[in-house]
Amino acid sequence: MSIDAGEFLQASVRTATPLAFAAYGELVAERSGVINLGLEGAMIAGAFGALVGAGAGGVGAGFAAAALAGCAAAAVMALVVLWLRADAVIAGTAVTLLALGLTGTLYRALYGAQGAALSVPTIAPAAVPGLSHLPLIGRALFEQPMMTYLLYVVAALLGWWMARTHAGLALRATGERPVAAFAAGISPVRVRAWALLFGGAMGGLAGGVLVLAQVGTFAEGMSAGRGFIAIAIVVLGRWSALGVAGAALLFGAASQLQYVFQSLGWPVPYQLFLALPYVLTLLVLAGTQRRAAAPAALGTALTEDAR
Amino acid sequence: MAGRTDARWVITAATVVVIILAVLGILMAGGYDTPRALAALWNGAFGSSYALFSATLVRATPLLFVGLAVGIAFRAGVLNIGAEGQLLAGAAAAVAVGLAMGGFPRVIALPLALGAGAMAGGAWAGIAGWLNLRFGVLEVISTLMLNFVAAYLVSWLVRGPLQEPTRVYPQTVELAPSVHLPTLIDGHRMHLGLVLAVVLAVGAWWFLTHTAAGFRVRAVGAGRDAARSAGGINLGRTTALVFLASGALAGLGGASEAMGVTFALYEGISPGYGYSAIAVALLARLHPLVIVLSALLFGALEAGAAAMQREANVPSVLASVVEALIVLGVLSFDHARARRRHA
Amino acid sequence: MSDCVLALEGIDKRFADVQALRRASLNVRRGTLHAVLGENGAGKTTLMRIAFGMVPADAGAVLLEGVPVTLTSGADAIRRGLGMVHQHFTLVPAMTAAENIALGGHGRLDMRAVAARVQELGERTGLRVDPSARIATLGVGAQQRVEILKALYSDARILILDEPTAVLTPPETEELFAWLRRFVAAGGTAVLVTHKLHEALSIADDVTVLRRGQCVLTAAATQLDVPALVSAVTGDDAGGPQTAPDRRTPQRGARVARLDAVSAQDARGVVRVREASLECFAGEIVGLAGVEGSGVHELLRVLAGRLVPSRGVATLPPLIGFVPEDRLRDAVIEEFTLTENLALRGAGARRGRMPWSAMAVQTAGLMQRHDVRAPSPVSRAGTLSGGNQQKFVVGRELDEHPALVVAENPVRGLDIRATAHVLHELAGSAAAGSAVVFYSADIDELLPLADRMLVVFAGHVREVAVERAAVANALVGAA
Repeated sequence: MSIDAGEFLQASVRTATPLAFAAYGELVAERSGVINLGLEGAMIAGAFGALVGAGAGGVGAGFAAAALAGCAAAAVMALVVLWLRADAVIAGTAVTLLALGLTGTLYRALYGAQGAALSVPTIAPAAVPGLSHLPLIGRALFEQPMMTYLLYVVAALLGWWMARTHAGLALRATGERPVAAFAAGISPVRVRAWALLFGGAMGGLAGGVLVLAQVGTFAEGMSAGRGFIAIAIVVLGRWSALGVAGAALLFGAASQLQYVFQSLGWPVPYQLFLALPYVLTLLVLAGTQRRAAAPAALGTALTEDAR
Repeated sequence: MAGRTDARWVITAATVVVIILAVLGILMAGGYDTPRALAALWNGAFGSSYALFSATLVRATPLLFVGLAVGIAFRAGVLNIGAEGQLLAGAAAAVAVGLAMGGFPRVIALPLALGAGAMAGGAWAGIAGWLNLRFGVLEVISTLMLNFVAAYLVSWLVRGPLQEPTRVYPQTVELAPSVHLPTLIDGHRMHLGLVLAVVLAVGAWWFLTHTAAGFRVRAVGAGRDAARSAGGINLGRTTALVFLASGALAGLGGASEAMGVTFALYEGISPGYGYSAIAVALLARLHPLVIVLSALLFGALEAGAAAMQREANVPSVLASVVEALIVLGVLSFDHARARRRHA
Repeated sequence: MSDCVLALEGIDKRFADVQALRRASLNVRRGTLHAVLGENGAGKTTLMRIAFGMVPADAGAVLLEGVPVTLTSGADAIRRGLGMVHQHFTLVPAMTAAENIALGGHGRLDMRAVAARVQELGERTGLRVDPSARIATLGVGAQQRVEILKALYSDARILILDEPTAVLTPPETEELFAWLRRFVAAGGTAVLVTHKLHEALSIADDVTVLRRGQCVLTAAATQLDVPALVSAVTGDDAGGPQTAPDRRTPQRGARVARLDAVSAQDARGVVRVREASLECFAGEIVGLAGVEGSGVHELLRVLAGRLVPSRGVATLPPLIGFVPEDRLRDAVIEEFTLTENLALRGAGARRGRMPWSAMAVQTAGLMQRHDVRAPSPVSRAGTLSGGNQQKFVVGRELDEHPALVVAENPVRGLDIRATAHVLHELAGSAAAGSAVVFYSADIDELLPLADRMLVVFAGHVREVAVERAAVANALVGAA
């Protein structure tokens, strides 16, 4: 058997799409200074929301419900971290646990214990005329579901917004030094709240992509740690919009390699390839943590003089 | 003083009421047979000697190990959310050593396999500790990454070097009886791991409250700068010790689970004990002796939830909802207390 | 007053158990430079943060151009033409000057346009900075110019400067004052918060003095002189606080500590102390002075054995008592009991078990000897008043008669009685044969006690006469 490089790349992009959605959400949250471990929860909530929404009103309603459900998870996170001033790591873990439990319980309640057979319509890949015929990357980048194209737009807009608007500057300043943002008349609490909500919506959409563009059904815990992968992607992408795209693609490709090896019949331990991006993330962290790429206030709570 | 105590009870009671109402709400909204579900919950956790000695206490054992691991780390301000990975590392090492030690007498094989688990867990956390102290890598991110690496490592081991000889199932062969942790009561699954865990809980409490090294751990957690400046405490050394100890405890939990319950290594050996541990430790306010109680409570909850799924068709993940609500309740409790202090 | 652009009337503010402001008022006339004077802790900064909308007042009114306004955030204040330069700069070190200046704006962000405007503003006002320079690479003087430009960029007509000269060199201070006079002459209004009397008298049009949260004096600078201000600031007609204990003529004993060409870096790796050499002898009190950023804090930490010099040799005694400035960060752990806080001392080297019962007895004795008022040795440190916390810290650090005592601003924020107590403890420690190094931000606190005076300026240490003028000059690098 042989492998088709174009096909491999196409599959890599497909796998990377939900990861990148979540990662762009996490990017904004981390740029505001919050490590959102509740993203995994937003994602599973989004997946469930997509199922319910699509069942009721089609694919469009499914994505809207996915974003809303992700937002709801993030709202809990924001409430606990910003209002109750709890530790973000603990709160994020709790939100994820809550979302996993609630979606699992509700899923069985709504669709019965054997609900696994349930399926929803998925959106098929739509080729972009012309571009999809480019050699090698054509199909990879331009024969994908609509959501992937939306992702390109969001990524580009986000990169522009962070660099070229005052709001983006306020976001970055809040992640660097909340006291400075506060003194300039910016409310770090509000910035972090919006960043978390945006992150939740993106995480929810990631769950929606999983259900409506890939799997076609919901399964308990189907986010399977992708929300946490998104955190690795942001780190590996050095907190930049472009870097996140590259890192997401790398994670996508690494998880596709197993199929390549299987089709080639190589007895390569593909699990080690799956682990590779995480190891790489750790190496990147070790190599560059002391330099200025990470927001300086990442993972620190807002002090009294910044609220 | 009196006002503060009152508020503490009011909020605790309110949290409990909210959690009970939430669970009832979910049960009723889901159209489940609520009385039957609740009966199953109770019976599954405490309703019979089987429930207590073969379900609740068996489930509480790994939770106690990882709860202690998380508790001691948080006490020192080390946000180790990698107990899951450390547990997997410990389970893998214990099984690897246990498979090799099959022919040895129990007095040699058991300690060696347990020791291997502790060392592997410690080493796994040690990576995060080293990255933190040497390069300033946030342990939140590194321990999370290492969870994934550990999971893939186990996945590889049970399909590669440690796979059973027929190469059909992704798991190891069963450990020889000489590396099984003995059961405590004939006919029940509860095993020596529970005793070990309780002894370690008492040991951890003694260590934190009565030894100089434990005092340093608490001081670093409660006030890093004062610990360094007024106490001359070496932050790096203390933090490193905490990473290693925390990882070793989680690793022991993995070893105990593999040698006392599953007797083999496979991918799903931990249903997220490492994450539940955060709730266990937090509910106990990071106090090692109280962690024994909260692990028992969570063990009962999970055993009861499993019974609820069997008998009333209520999904057992409802237990995660309760765990999450407990954590959120504890957080809001802290908030109320902090407000009172500053008001 | 019709030309009053900024007025604060009857402001009350309470933080936890401290009444920071009590019916405080301030009237700033248009086109004037108004100095707000007061000791540390008098409430100056709090009053200004209220004027700037960053802290809500418990009672009272803020009037702009005679109209009562409710400022709920810094953004409100900025929109209404106020600008504030904080004592501790509020800049983002990783960003450029232009980005920092643009912070707080709305809509599209065109960095090139911002840079051009900053350049133009800089040339027009004489506050020159490189718009594309990252803040982390700028010196304090340039950072302050960025802070001022930030305010002017959003069209501030009223500028509040909180202790702006604390970190500046004398030429930088002169430059700032010259600029402020020009700003005021051009119709702007400035409020200068300071604790330096001479500064207020030499530059301000009007002066308001705050003492313990109350306004005790408002007058034109021309009608005031230093003695009048001293008595207003300290609340003492004798012209100085009477908290300093009498010092018998010291008997200088053996040398207990020596620094030989010592250099030291701060946590960020910036060299703060440069080839400092000094000696301390048993029985003497060495007064140490230095402004923020002069390296005095790093020097104190080297002396206390808390900071390892990057170069040179520090010869220190084995037992050193250290009373750090930031008590709640560096000296006590609030949620620990007093006994546990006592156990902190020497915890790094302790082995084996903690002798808790013996330590509780020791704590009780320490509380008695050093007048620490707390219910019991197991009271949590956080439940004590600031004065009792400090007495506890001083007691803990002096109780074992260390050969060297290093005290950093040990009486800051304390009431008169606690201040007197702590100063007596330090004097007693020297009398009992310790070498005491005493640093204070307030020269008048140092002079009565010091046998010798050392001044740190730009990382260098210099001995000067125990006289106000000599110290004041050396502080700012003047001969």
